[in-house]
Amino acid sequence: MTKRRFLRLAWVAGVLSIFAFVSGAYAISEAFKENIYSLGTLKPVDSVLKVKAGDRAPDFTLPSLTGENISLSQYRGKKNVVLSFVPAAWTPVCSDQWPGYNIIKDIFEENEAILLGITVDNTPTLHAWTNQMGKLWFPVLSDFWPHGAVAKKYGILRSNGVSERALFVIDKKARIRYIDVHDINQRPPLEGLVSALEKLGK
Amino acid sequence: MKRNLMPLALMAVFLLTASAPIHAANKTPQKGGTLPVVNLPIPKSPAEKSYLGLSGEGSFRIPQIKAKVVIVEIFSMYCPYCQKDAPGVNELYDLIEKDSDLKKKIKLIGIGAGNTPLEVGIYKKTYAVPFPLFPDQDFSIHKACGEVRTPYFIVAKINEDGSDLVVHSQLGEYPGAKLFLELVLKSSGLK
Repeated sequence: MTKRRFLRLAWVAGVLSIFAFVSGAYAISEAFKENIYSLGTLKPVDSVLKVKAGDRAPDFTLPSLTGENISLSQYRGKKNVVLSFVPAAWTPVCSDQWPGYNIIKDIFEENEAILLGITVDNTPTLHAWTNQMGKLWFPVLSDFWPHGAVAKKYGILRSNGVSERALFVIDKKARIRYIDVHDINQRPPLEGLVSALEKLGK
Repeated sequence: MKRNLMPLALMAVFLLTASAPIHAANKTPQKGGTLPVVNLPIPKSPAEKSYLGLSGEGSFRIPQIKAKVVIVEIFSMYCPYCQKDAPGVNELYDLIEKDSDLKKKIKLIGIGAGNTPLEVGIYKKTYAVPFPLFPDQDFSIHKACGEVRTPYFIVAKINEDGSDLVVHSQLGEYPGAKLFLELVLKSSGLK
């Protein structure tokens, strides 16, 4: 009897869970068709930052989609740098983030900043995925091997091997000026990044 | 034993039936249905206010727009296809506004799914969008529209009594201004 009762309870719990399930809020662009792999709602943050605002940004060199290696240090004294880490290609919110940055090149330029998009995916995957976004004006870097090494250096590598959805604004002196390790399930509102960029000149 | 199970079974039945209408209300707007009931802020700009035939402050619902037909585009600043189609949708606005008869009958609005006011403003500026756009920062309107992918177009007829009827809806595949206008005129019976 107890067992049957337990089964019934489990069944009711199952029914309940179907209706209690709230899908993560995102709007998928038709550009990605049916190629987006939904992961449901994830733990908002799953790592511990190793840097803080005011620190010198750890340098790194990563391969970009155009074939050249890009180092953070090459912008020192020349440009402010925004690092946009997104967790993984072909996932819902990430696919809906860089295409927006792609139409605000002017805001980056007005603030003498370059954007570097980074994921832990390998370059062929990044190539196929970013092709759906139209032509991107900013370099896309692959932190694939050693796996997630740069994400780890900054303290944003999650326990399952993807990075957080994180933004770092680094000034020309290589100082970190702004960090937003965002809830992985949500896109960071542009307001935060734009106001951080506008503060750089001050 | 059976008696013990009854409340559970009843609860399950209740949940199933109670959840059904909520679920149905969040279906994608389809031909023959009605627009989801959403409250939008009355635009501050006098030009946009007069375009929509609204006055005062506060909020309005889509059927309150002074028009026979309203075209709603669900878009996002972050959506590559919306970006690509933006000039063509502007052209649709121009075609309507150039026609002295149609401009009184058809109005166009956009709702930025998950977009903040800044994000909607950037989209409006980047593509010089001439019709009113509204942010839907918390995705509440997007959810009421069945979480459609973007861009999503809804064409609704507004009846004299203030009720509305969806006469056409489509995901993406914007065919260009001329063909889309023809589709709007045909499906709404304006022509």
